[in-house]
Amino acid sequence: MKRYLSIWFPNLLCDYLAFKKPELKGTVYVFTRSERGRIMISAASREAENQGIFANMVLADAKAVVPDILAFDDQEGFAKKLLTRIAKWGIRFSPFVAIQEPDGIILDSYGCSHLWGGEEGYLKHILDKLTESGYGCRGSISDTIGTSWAIARFGKKAPIIAPAQQYNAILNLPPVALRVEEATYQKLHKLGLDKIGKFIQMPRSVLRRRFGNDFILRLGQILGTEEETITPVIVVAPYEERLPCLEPIRTKPAIEIAIEKLLESLCARLATEGLGIRSAELRGYRLDGQMTQTRIGTNRSTHEVKHLFKLFELKIALIEPALGIELFILTATKTEPVYLHQEKLWSAKPGLADDNLAKLLDRLAGKIGPQAIKRYIPQANHWPERCLRPALSLEEKTEIKWQKANPRPSELLNRPVPVQVTAPIPDYPPMNFRYREELHIVRKADGPERIEREWWMEPGEHRDYYILEDDRGRRYWVFRSGHYDEEKSAWFLHGFFA
Amino acid sequence: MTAEKQEILAKLRTQLLEVQGFRPSPSATAQCFGLGEIESCFPNSTFPTGTIHEFIAEHPEDAAATDGFISGLLHKLMENGASTLWISRNRKLFPPSMERFGTDAQQVVFIDVPYEKQILWTMEEALKTEGLACVIAEIPDIDFAQSRRLQLATEKSHVTGFVFRKAPKRALSATACTVRWKISPEPTEMQDNIPGVGSPRWEVTLIKVRNGHTGTFHIEWSENGFTQIQSPALAQAPEKESEKQHTYHRILAEERGTA
Repeated sequence: MKRYLSIWFPNLLCDYLAFKKPELKGTVYVFTRSERGRIMISAASREAENQGIFANMVLADAKAVVPDILAFDDQEGFAKKLLTRIAKWGIRFSPFVAIQEPDGIILDSYGCSHLWGGEEGYLKHILDKLTESGYGCRGSISDTIGTSWAIARFGKKAPIIAPAQQYNAILNLPPVALRVEEATYQKLHKLGLDKIGKFIQMPRSVLRRRFGNDFILRLGQILGTEEETITPVIVVAPYEERLPCLEPIRTKPAIEIAIEKLLESLCARLATEGLGIRSAELRGYRLDGQMTQTRIGTNRSTHEVKHLFKLFELKIALIEPALGIELFILTATKTEPVYLHQEKLWSAKPGLADDNLAKLLDRLAGKIGPQAIKRYIPQANHWPERCLRPALSLEEKTEIKWQKANPRPSELLNRPVPVQVTAPIPDYPPMNFRYREELHIVRKADGPERIEREWWMEPGEHRDYYILEDDRGRRYWVFRSGHYDEEKSAWFLHGFFA
Repeated sequence: MTAEKQEILAKLRTQLLEVQGFRPSPSATAQCFGLGEIESCFPNSTFPTGTIHEFIAEHPEDAAATDGFISGLLHKLMENGASTLWISRNRKLFPPSMERFGTDAQQVVFIDVPYEKQILWTMEEALKTEGLACVIAEIPDIDFAQSRRLQLATEKSHVTGFVFRKAPKRALSATACTVRWKISPEPTEMQDNIPGVGSPRWEVTLIKVRNGHTGTFHIEWSENGFTQIQSPALAQAPEKESEKQHTYHRILAEERGTA
């Protein structure tokens, strides 16, 4: 024996939108898609249906009924995505949940309903939960997929059909409840067969001749004489490992053992799937009801226990066991495919791709924080402060080259320091300048190198840079902000040359 | 002394060095930094890689010169494509400047630690990592025990470590570093007395070399690498020089005005 629960969402898309945009409540809105040069309604809200606007109408006709109708674009495949999401949520009620396009889901409820106090409680619980989240829905439980589907959509009496009672239950339903094609349905309608009960007694051979094999199959499926299968959705189990402890754990070695055990089993699972950890979280549930959380991250996905353990080892000091930890849960919060390197090849080719470097940076990130690690790549800007930017990853490369035409100082001050300068003539390098109470007499100079401010980013004056060498051979990068003005010219020291 | 005896002595000397923990790194057998006479000051007359070097810089100008000199050394050390770690707090180094010294700053990973006490831990961890070309740490002070730890870490991995002491707070005491350098800028010189600033020039002082000898040298960075300058240029008559500059700049300014 089998029992199936079918749930129908009459206004799936519209209910979803109303949940996302509560201001739509009470308005008439539809989803549209273009079809053969016309804009057709693909889904209508409940208010729209009350006004006589249904799916498969042309939008222009609907506008004649309700002029200020709101139309939203129907994204291809979104309804299926939504149903899959609901089906995945439904996995808590039954291990087998499938979607029935375009507007329903089906649960294999056999052996599940008693946990909710019988089928009535089961159905009510599920429908209540869905209604709470804003979905209008109807459900039905019966022996066959077909009957459940039909009763959920067209049933007028009790939604739960007792075992082996599907024959009686469907007698008064319209033939459309058989899930037959439009043409077959029209044919039945033309012949005056407006109820299943009117033709269910007819000999099969007669029906087959008139309506085809598919019709007979559907009839068999609704009655349960033909097999029908569903394709359940599969929920990917999270990459998580649990370790309950016999006795609460308080010491460092014990925590180490726990971490190692968890990592071993988690990494073994990841390794078989070719995945590696990018970030992981260790939670410890304590006796006093509190929880400790520890997170690690890696620069390159890995499932190497030794390395991951080292990362956690740096954080053990932060785990506070208090009275003791009862349960450890290790979750891989972010996983990525792992690239296995041939060890020989990589050890012969050092550089940024080196695995050792990635591991080292993981450890450093664990101790000091990932924001401390920076690698710079050139950026196509002339403004000195903006000619480089932090790279996003170890692998990131750019086509832009470091500029070579003009030398840049070895040390650049974060903020240019104002200096007093004697510069007698415009566009001349200064004769001397005073920096930190010391007078530097300029012996040699290069410049000016004018760097215009990038006006599309920020307003301000341009800079005229000079390389100055003083009488003791020390080299400086000095600039004048803006054009030369005997009194008002502002000079700054911006860096030191090697 | 016969040739035979000299040979025996040379052999014994290398053995002695090995016992003292100085081992030439296997990969860098023939690495020549072009430092001229400086290299002859080192044991076995080769630049010691896989050990700890110490750079002293008292002023920001010296620090900039040291940055340049280190960038020049990195050019050689990173020749095989290995990457470098630059650990510091309040880093001033401007990565684009390394291009001038033939070092690709993209291969350098900068670690900007928030606290000074994390620098040494980071450096030790980095020095234990095989495959790095060099690890540079900017730290004002280091004592003997700390430097010994770093030295031990390098001996295993053969990574070269530079301890860059900017404005040391304490007096210079003994450390386990192999070489103690001091780099300060020197007046540059242009060919044929053309006005302008020439290639960087430094006065390189070896304050201390283990199993070697000290000295002061004059080094210039040209496009081909380090070049030793035998007779450094004395500062020229100041008035004359600035006059020359002024005429040159006047010419340029006039040209710009007419153009």
